[in-house]
Amino acid sequence: MEILVCVKRVPDTAENEIELNSAGNDIERDDLVYSVNEWDNYAVEEAIQIVDKVGGTVTVVTVGDEDADEVLRREMAMGAQNGILLNDEAFEDSDAMGIATLLKAAAEKGKYDLIMTGAQADAGYAAVGGMLAAMMDLPYASLVNMVEVGDGKLTVGREIEGGNQEINEIELPCVLSIQTGINEPRYVGIKGIRQVSGIEIPEFDAAGLGVDPATVGAAGAKTKRVDYFIPETGEGAEMLTGSTEEIIAKLIDIMKANGGLK
Amino acid sequence: MATVYAFVAHSDGVLDDSAAELAAAAKKFTDAPVTAIVTGSGVDAAAAKAAELFPAVWKIDAAELAYPNAEVVRKALLNNLDAGAVVLMAHNTFGMDLAPGLAVKIGGAFVADVVDIEGADGDTLKVIRQEFGGVVSTHVTVDMSAGAVVTIRPGAVAPLEGAAGGAVEDKAAGDVSAKRKFIEVREPEAGDVDITKAEVLVSIGRGIEDQDNIELAHELAKAIGSQAEVACSRPIVDAKWMDASRQVGTSGKTVKPKVYLAMGISGSFQHMGGIKGGVIIAVNKNPNAPIFQVANVGIEADILEFIPELTEALGEL
Repeated sequence: MEILVCVKRVPDTAENEIELNSAGNDIERDDLVYSVNEWDNYAVEEAIQIVDKVGGTVTVVTVGDEDADEVLRREMAMGAQNGILLNDEAFEDSDAMGIATLLKAAAEKGKYDLIMTGAQADAGYAAVGGMLAAMMDLPYASLVNMVEVGDGKLTVGREIEGGNQEINEIELPCVLSIQTGINEPRYVGIKGIRQVSGIEIPEFDAAGLGVDPATVGAAGAKTKRVDYFIPETGEGAEMLTGSTEEIIAKLIDIMKANGGLK
Repeated sequence: MATVYAFVAHSDGVLDDSAAELAAAAKKFTDAPVTAIVTGSGVDAAAAKAAELFPAVWKIDAAELAYPNAEVVRKALLNNLDAGAVVLMAHNTFGMDLAPGLAVKIGGAFVADVVDIEGADGDTLKVIRQEFGGVVSTHVTVDMSAGAVVTIRPGAVAPLEGAAGGAVEDKAAGDVSAKRKFIEVREPEAGDVDITKAEVLVSIGRGIEDQDNIELAHELAKAIGSQAEVACSRPIVDAKWMDASRQVGTSGKTVKPKVYLAMGISGSFQHMGGIKGGVIIAVNKNPNAPIFQVANVGIEADILEFIPELTEALGEL
């Protein structure tokens, strides 16, 4: 099985507190620690496990600048054989449709049986997988938390409301968006990343992909983020303050008043 | 602006809560009549209900639509929608399956998980979304000139009330052959505890940091009493530290305890969507955690220090 996994380099919310910058129109990007989008990491692990079972290769692809190289190499250290970097100034500020357009062009340079994305990334659109499938006229399933390989088809579980799992059969080739928790992504050490440091990662710009720059990036984006802001919320929580003893005394009173303590 | 449609979810003849929210969301940017779309098999009751909220209803009734398979529904919609249509739907697990591909096939714009709509300026829709799990909000503009698909976060927009008295029009599904086939819905295995019955939940999130620290939450629940159980947010289940039967949220259990102690939980809308009542007390060391916007009571503290102190204080009562 030839598998393409689309990954993204994102600010690591476990390592950073995301805050507004002093101008109040963007997040503070100085000193941000980046890593691979968590959902994508599960997708790569799933692809590697499938290839371990049925053979084939795993290729990881990302849209980004030279900094995205580290994310590709991290996933290659997990076990993906190939990396592809889609890098062009014209790609900056692409909306989800623009990213899907670029990934389609990259996917059509190879011959893949299965394309995976994470279910969502930092912006929370959960869109690229479904768009890519529709652009390529391939069947699609989102929020996948189980994959079984069959003959010319997959049996996939989708995570739906209430902890239920929706089972579908889906013909290959297809696109899946992978939900967290589907597997336990393997650990990657410095040594593993060093071992893949010499592998050449092919890079494509707009011309190399045969994509009209006007259809991607800021130029092609129909959906545009104007700014970041912290909303004026209503009351918000009543914050308990004071010494720890005072806070705990107040908390116990609140628990009692609401019937939580007998 | 082209016609605005609202794809309405329903089950057993009852509309999903999101239906009235979509009706309200549409009113925030258009005065034109909005057409609801109801798909399924044997959906007269749902279509009639939709007509109470929307001035016009399309009913696409076909055996192939009995279970909402996104690929099948997309074809049924595309067989009927006019070019440049603007379609609203809920940002739920079905909306995530259907909406992005529908936007591609319509040839329009896409915006997902909208929490509010500021209005429209000609063909430019102005919406508010959140990023980074709700830590920051964004203003977003959407060019609807070639159509658009807009998904609305469930529960974010106050539902529309009142009777529209719309007419129901039958529409044919057309060719809906698909390469994806729905097989069945599997319900989760019952866990060793039923957190939906607990009066107090000690619910832990990423802030617990290590599997070994989960014992702290169990000790606190024990100190509170037999009415308390330990629950958790999604990352704890993803890490395989606790059983999925203890997960609170839209993809887990819906709970309504008297007291919900959210310990080291950031407060994503998927998590909060699983809490339907009671006082929410949030303890988090990050003062900017989104949960402080939705909790009733907040405490800025490191749960690894706070939980043992609370356990000890309860033991001395």
